[in-house]
Amino acid sequence: MKQENASADFVSALPNIPAAKHLSEEQLQTFGARLTEIGQRYMDSRGPADERYIRRVIAAQRTLAFVARIVIYSGILYAPMFFVGAFLLGLAKIIENMEIGHNVLHGQWDWLKDPKIHSSKWEWDGVCPSKQWQRSHNYIHHKWCNVVGMDRDFGYHVLRVSEKQEWKPVYLFQPISNMLMAILFEWGVAVHDDKMGGLRTGETTIEEARPSFKRLFRKIGWQVGKDYIFFPLLAGPFFFSVLLANVGANLIRNLWAYAVIFCGHFPDGVEEFEPSDVENEDKARWYVRQILGSANISGGPVLHFMSGNLSHQIEHHVFPRMPSNRYAAVAKEVRVLCQEYGIRYNSNNLPYQLFTVWRKVFRFALPPRTPQNPATQTP
Amino acid sequence: MASSLLNSSVTRVSQWLASPLRPRQYLELLNPLWAEQSCGRIEKIQRETDNAVTLVIRPNHRWQGAVSGQYVRLGVDVDGVRHWRCYSVNSAQRPGDETFSVTVGRVNGGRVSTYIQDTLRVGDVIALDKAMGDFVLPTDATAKLLFISAGTGITPMMGMLRSLRDSGIAADVTHLHFAPTEKDCIYFNELNDFARRPGFNLHQSLTREGGQHFDAALLDNVCPDWAERKAYVCGPEGLMNAVRTHWQNNELSSQLCEEVFQPVRAEVPAGAGGTVLFWNAGSSTEGAGDKPLLEVAENAGLLPKHGCRMGICQECVVTLREGQVRDLATGEVFGESGETIRICVCAAAGNVTIDL
Ligand code: FES
Repeated sequence: MKQENASADFVSALPNIPAAKHLSEEQLQTFGARLTEIGQRYMDSRGPADERYIRRVIAAQRTLAFVARIVIYSGILYAPMFFVGAFLLGLAKIIENMEIGHNVLHGQWDWLKDPKIHSSKWEWDGVCPSKQWQRSHNYIHHKWCNVVGMDRDFGYHVLRVSEKQEWKPVYLFQPISNMLMAILFEWGVAVHDDKMGGLRTGETTIEEARPSFKRLFRKIGWQVGKDYIFFPLLAGPFFFSVLLANVGANLIRNLWAYAVIFCGHFPDGVEEFEPSDVENEDKARWYVRQILGSANISGGPVLHFMSGNLSHQIEHHVFPRMPSNRYAAVAKEVRVLCQEYGIRYNSNNLPYQLFTVWRKVFRFALPPRTPQNPATQTP
Repeated sequence: MASSLLNSSVTRVSQWLASPLRPRQYLELLNPLWAEQSCGRIEKIQRETDNAVTLVIRPNHRWQGAVSGQYVRLGVDVDGVRHWRCYSVNSAQRPGDETFSVTVGRVNGGRVSTYIQDTLRVGDVIALDKAMGDFVLPTDATAKLLFISAGTGITPMMGMLRSLRDSGIAADVTHLHFAPTEKDCIYFNELNDFARRPGFNLHQSLTREGGQHFDAALLDNVCPDWAERKAYVCGPEGLMNAVRTHWQNNELSSQLCEEVFQPVRAEVPAGAGGTVLFWNAGSSTEGAGDKPLLEVAENAGLLPKHGCRMGICQECVVTLREGQVRDLATGEVFGESGETIRICVCAAAGNVTIDL
């Protein structure tokens, strides 16, 4: 593409990305190098304190899960305990899925070389098999973050959250599908797989998808068996009470995970990209895209911990393999650097981020009023 | 019958209840030795010399036993990172007693040996691998033996000697041991006790105090019937080579049992690559020092699993069998066998073998 302002000596390094248009190639590359340097500094300083951290979190989470199950049974003696237990179990599941599972599966703790806390061995407490999720998340989502048509997590093939997605009548129902996704979050994650998804579009054959389905059904068997059959059965006549408590715990986890994860890439102000934007993308451009395509949630340490530090979504996308307990510190530096280079750093509190996500869900349910994208109009 | 059925269904259900974890992952919260993986608690630490300590280890239920002289891989967490090192079992086997001991000599600049010497405490739990190797006593109890050791290479011999002593076998053993000075001699007193036993001939050579190094003349001198004996050698590379050559020249290699106690790692020039051996495919090719192993494998016609090709997704992780690799992002050269590496961002640093 010809530069419009060719008369000026300024040549933009990212002419097609409005939020980064002001950067010259040189600025972009120094920005990238400085970001790499920050990340490396933190990675080099990993040590025994980090190890202690994750081991303690894991031990605490398991203890909490165990206690929660007991508390649920104590509901047999005193009914309100069903609610307390469900709440505690929900917390335990949240911690397991987010601060532990998600981060372990990213390989954030592989450097410990302990097979018990390793990305290749971990299986998490949810219906989606770890291996399947790792592929669709670590690879497809993280690499192609917010590239419409490439990042399968962008709208999860269910929602339209950007004008760059073509409108279809089915999107009229997306306020409802959005709500269902929140309630059934873990199930949504489980069926959101490129192989299985390909079945719908005809890209994969049944034969190709069969192993994925097998793995998925096995995992579902374990999860459903545990929460909805065996634990309730242990309560004998109180089967249904325990069942409901377990359903409640999973629901709590689903809603929270939904909220945190939707706030990662869909709030107002995050940028979406076209496949052409990532052609010949280098590391510096990749960084910029990750930053512009992600949004942080501001808050205190409890919020960060309970969100698995995904409240530092930007840092997580820039340094996906950095141990999560370091994101809070590295975020300060990343933010300053972004300010220095005038790169938008999207951070806001949870209610606000969530509000803007929902506003998009409603707004983009309707067909665009103006022609979608002038570029696609010309033959 | 009925009780075993009950037992197995209880196991099944508890597995279901604990899933996706295993029941033992909850038990180990109470006691790390109840873990599913094999591990052991340090029961005693005994200083042998200024530069060597003996660890007495109590293994957990997963331990399958060790024969004196075999080696065990110990997984020690140094600054949070697990490192695996091999050590020889130097205790006698005692029925009903699972504890075993190893002696760890200080290796200059060695992270693990230094940690074991200075930081490891009684009560700490370390990971264990199963005992391996055939550096053990022959099944024929009457066989005449010859031990040749240097430095900490004496540890597996010590295991065998103690086993012989404890089982009351008066075997005919000649032991040729090399150490720089008397101070460096591990088990000095115990060895001298052995020397008073019938059938045991000990020849210690203190090389820095005028003692001889190994050669054919010395061997003929201290052990004229060496060719009739089953021989064991363990020590630094120089000694191993000298002994191996001597036995080879006499066409007696089949009577020689070797134990390498320190893997020798060839110095890799900065930036150099090496031969890449794909273990499962059984083929090998040259890998440049700056070319990701993923590409090397693809060029060799393999189709390794991968995703992002930029080091963030873990899809391309394979196990490193041997050798070291270079992280192309940081330039760091690393790798211990058994470790997993991301082949999309790691290149060969010297010869490597990977599980592909
Ligand atoms: S292919 Fe993604 S980490 Fe190697």
